[in-house]
Amino acid sequence: MLQKIYDWIDERIDLQPIWRDIADHEVPEHVNPAHHFSAFVYCFGGLTFFVVVIQILSGMFLTMYYVPDIENAWRSVYYLQTEVAHAQIVRGMHHWGASVVIVMLLLHTLRVFFQGAYKKPRELNWMVGVLLFFVMLGLGFTGYLLPWDNKAFFATQVGLEIAQQVPFIGDQLKILLAGDASIVGAQTLTRFFAIHVFFLPAALFALLAVHFILIRRQGISGPL
Amino acid sequence: MQRGKGMKFVGDSRIKQGPTVSRIPKDYSEYPGRTEAFWPNFLLKEWLAGAVFLIGFLILTLAHPSPLEGLADPTDAAYIPLPDWYFLFLYELLKYEFASGNYILLGMLGIPGIAFGALLLAPFLDNGPGRRPHQRPIAVGMMLLGLASVIWLTYTSAAAVDWESRAEANKPVPPSDDVDVVIDTDHPGYEVYETSCLACHGAELEGTAAPALYGPEFDHTAEEIADISVNGIGAMPPDQFTGTDEELEQLVDFILSVNESIEEE
Repeated sequence: MLQKIYDWIDERIDLQPIWRDIADHEVPEHVNPAHHFSAFVYCFGGLTFFVVVIQILSGMFLTMYYVPDIENAWRSVYYLQTEVAHAQIVRGMHHWGASVVIVMLLLHTLRVFFQGAYKKPRELNWMVGVLLFFVMLGLGFTGYLLPWDNKAFFATQVGLEIAQQVPFIGDQLKILLAGDASIVGAQTLTRFFAIHVFFLPAALFALLAVHFILIRRQGISGPL
Repeated sequence: MQRGKGMKFVGDSRIKQGPTVSRIPKDYSEYPGRTEAFWPNFLLKEWLAGAVFLIGFLILTLAHPSPLEGLADPTDAAYIPLPDWYFLFLYELLKYEFASGNYILLGMLGIPGIAFGALLLAPFLDNGPGRRPHQRPIAVGMMLLGLASVIWLTYTSAAAVDWESRAEANKPVPPSDDVDVVIDTDHPGYEVYETSCLACHGAELEGTAAPALYGPEFDHTAEEIADISVNGIGAMPPDQFTGTDEELEQLVDFILSVNESIEEE
């Protein structure tokens, strides 16, 4: 039955090359912790992606309850935290995942750096990776405001004041982010929500796709 | 069943005739060392590593519930702002004399810009052929220096904060949905309410045996209230109120005045 379905689709869209591109490849000995335990350092990238998946899934569930307006944002998070079944775990995963993803990203970056794995021909993938790091920091910054509690509000206020001091475009930059030249309020929250949930994830997915396609194209760098 | 090359599309689909570049990976025997198929052998082991990681991660989330402070209060001037931990090093950097005041641009854009710019362009700055750390001492040295500064800045920033008292002082206050009902006992209608309605609707109109006389469920005009008082509604029997028309008017006015006082808040 499954074979028949596979054949039916394969007959029309020629699945095999796609399938081979994604999964049918060799894992060299030097990155396989089963052969050399020290090769666990090659797991950091995969684990970063794993945490990103956790972030996406937990975030999708959080938006089922979260309300991005200043009257209800905090209340919805409080409700989530105290009333909704298992929501404390889901929010906990999203909260701690935000920290763990930065740690894993850092470890992954350091592994690639100290092994010199970014050298020719992998320069582009390194740059895509650093951009992913920036996107992740942006997600951290915008997500920090969303619970609309005191630490969120005041940290964002400071962050926006810093952004305002950028020469030439500072004021415009602040208005773009906060929705107002001086008020950190309802507009800021909706904008940060939009950036956190739509703009940055879109950039994240695009960059991740490039990151992975390049890895498959170029393969893992050889042993030192 | 025909698969892979030789497959033909029809209609306006592009067809590449002749020899195609093979996407099929090289045979296992062409790789040096003990290679392993990604699917399914290696993925199964990765799956295990992922499961162990997930267990550790879930233990972390269960042991430390994610924090939530009180509702944001922009007028709270005494609150000391603090970013999330991975921004602490940038925050701490701005406290140095050479990175604040007149030199704020240096601390805000200059130093972080150079550091992150160098990180982004690392493959072009460190473009020698050698990959081993000792073959590129400058790049590795700069990275170690940067890493040490980030760790040091984060540590000094975090060590200066009393996290426990901070969490204690900013505990979330549960939102109170209790309505403050002000009962004006001098109101001429109150006496009527007391004798006719209080037994079932409560001393503060909060409802005991009968429903509350305010809130979203209670949505009646003055005429309806008067009518219900005399004729009853649902489970409420008629003739609960037996007084003069003037008293009825006072009663309706009293109930409405309580509702208005709630709406004003």
